[in-house]
Amino acid sequence: MSDAALPLNRRNLLALIGATAGGAAMYQAMTRLGLAAESPYRGPIKLEGDPKGASVIILGAGLAGMTAAIELGRAGYKVQILEYNTRPGGRNWSIRGGDVYTELGGATQHCEFDAGLYLNPGPWRIPYHHHALLDYCRRFDVALEPFIQLNHNALLHSAQAFGGAPQRIRDIKADFEGGISELLAKAARKGALDDAVSKEDQEILLEALRAHGGLDRDFRYKAGDDSAEFRGYAKDPGGGLGAKPVNGEPIGLHDILTSRLWRGLQNFLAYDFQTTMFQPVGGMGRIGEAFARQLPNAIRYGAKVTGVNQDEHGVAVVFQNLAQGGAHEEIKADWCVCALPLTILSQISVNVSAPMKAAIDAVPYGSSVKFGLQFRRRFWEEDEHIFGGISYTDLPIRQISYPSAGYNAGGKGVLLGGYTFNGPNSYEFTAMAPAERIRLAVEYGAQIHPQYRTEFENGVSVAWHRVPFTLGCAGEWSEETRRDHYDNLCQIDGRIVLAGEHVSYIPAWQEGAILSALDAITRLHARVIAS
Amino acid sequence: MMRTRPSPCDDDRAFWSPRSTVALSLAAFFILGTAAPAQEPPSKSPTLSSGWVFNERGGAALYANICAACHQPDAMGAIGAGAYPSLAGNEKLASAGYLETVLLHGLRGMPAVGRMMSDEQAADVINYVRTHFGNSYDDAISAADIKAAR
Repeated sequence: MSDAALPLNRRNLLALIGATAGGAAMYQAMTRLGLAAESPYRGPIKLEGDPKGASVIILGAGLAGMTAAIELGRAGYKVQILEYNTRPGGRNWSIRGGDVYTELGGATQHCEFDAGLYLNPGPWRIPYHHHALLDYCRRFDVALEPFIQLNHNALLHSAQAFGGAPQRIRDIKADFEGGISELLAKAARKGALDDAVSKEDQEILLEALRAHGGLDRDFRYKAGDDSAEFRGYAKDPGGGLGAKPVNGEPIGLHDILTSRLWRGLQNFLAYDFQTTMFQPVGGMGRIGEAFARQLPNAIRYGAKVTGVNQDEHGVAVVFQNLAQGGAHEEIKADWCVCALPLTILSQISVNVSAPMKAAIDAVPYGSSVKFGLQFRRRFWEEDEHIFGGISYTDLPIRQISYPSAGYNAGGKGVLLGGYTFNGPNSYEFTAMAPAERIRLAVEYGAQIHPQYRTEFENGVSVAWHRVPFTLGCAGEWSEETRRDHYDNLCQIDGRIVLAGEHVSYIPAWQEGAILSALDAITRLHARVIAS
Repeated sequence: MMRTRPSPCDDDRAFWSPRSTVALSLAAFFILGTAAPAQEPPSKSPTLSSGWVFNERGGAALYANICAACHQPDAMGAIGAGAYPSLAGNEKLASAGYLETVLLHGLRGMPAVGRMMSDEQAADVINYVRTHFGNSYDDAISAADIKAAR
């Protein structure tokens, strides 16, 4: 085979680089050629130079802490992680049948899901542009599958609109865009846009509106073959006698506008939620498990950190050994990467500079509650032809997400039966006993899917302010706190550096945790090598 | 200027609020609070508010549905990797101003939940906590005090 026979266009050049130098080199080449997104991730980290046996204590075995431990270990450091939980992953977590979860306050839930079913209480989807996380999944053999964010056949619902009847996303989306297109075309043809748009451009605009909006030849959006191409049919086309499709009547623009259901559409347009999204096969927790497999014997579980003390020689960390009745122990190292949530770190005795301490104290953590509900049959698929995706509602549960796996195979399924984020309802659900949360999630969900009433079996809920290892969902930055504290939080303070989603501009996303860890250890390593 | 990045959970909030609205904008809360449809909860208790302001009235209801989420129904707090302080017999509560600051501006990891309360609600819940759970501070504060402390 002769590569020389190929014309050296851009694609062939990339293939050549990929074949000879590996994926990382190709990624770097792609970046230079302007093809890849502007991610701060530049492929697997390379920490050049000998740390000469330097040791690092890492606090927290979430994705940030484990990323730091794995990469520092590979660079020649002696690493040890202290983790409060008895499992790796932190907020990267899946609850499965047989799991027992006790929240702050003491309420214990026993998950009764069938085998293979789970709830991801924390992160649950991965955007295609989270390059670092995707790269680690590839390197650590975490199988991914598509996460369905947008399903045109899922629902938008308001108790105050359309008599409380859920509407298909497809109908709202097609009819909203069709209605706007018709309106704009009408304005253009009346000359109302003449001041703003040239005649030539208006001709193109009309052509675009007709194609984009499903307008007919007279620029009307109405029941017919043109609108049906987007909104589907009242009766789908079939075969044989009586097969002719019946077009449906679009929902009027006035009804859509006043329903406010159009607000739900932006959940599919935002950069963070655009297709393609992914999820690990078998639950988000598979990622944390895979990271932990890279760290045999490096994670000390059941260790509650109570103090971090540094001097010119090193760092001493005091922790309680929870398996031994909370007996205090101390370990020492040359350096410390602290990947504890700020809710925890702000309560621990740690001698850092005043600006760093102020930054640690500056970030409140958001409220969030998730509900996992098991049903005896997948009625959303069997009855309603909803395969994956999310329905949005103004009810306190806010959304219902259908599983993005196991389609069309019958059997049981677990829905994300609610997902609140900040706002009063999130606090109110948190204040309830778990059984009450589930009862209400089922009651509210039944307003959208009446099958809930007969098909519900069991459920679990996680209210993040009652999660013992985080005391909150994720760091909530404002423009003011970013301005006053963010850079300080990122500094290497003596022998301590922080990592985690809270030390990133991608808060609450796993990508932020990993990128912050990579940045922290890159700077830490440079300091070690220089000293 | 960089906008505060949406959280991964922003989609549910976005459904009922403009994307550019950061949840801690007081003005936005009131606008949204009136714009959001009223929801009748399917059961009498506990409360689930409509919109982006708390609907509970009176210190007891506000405490039970909001504060108890972390500080627990008996106000004894909770301990995990970190802790929620007990409010029972807590000497810091001697200062109403301290509680005002915490409620309206947050403290370390605690969000400023008072921003989702009216002045009257914030005063009510502070007065409630300071006169229950073994606390007996009779210098009640008023809605006007809260307004001044925002």
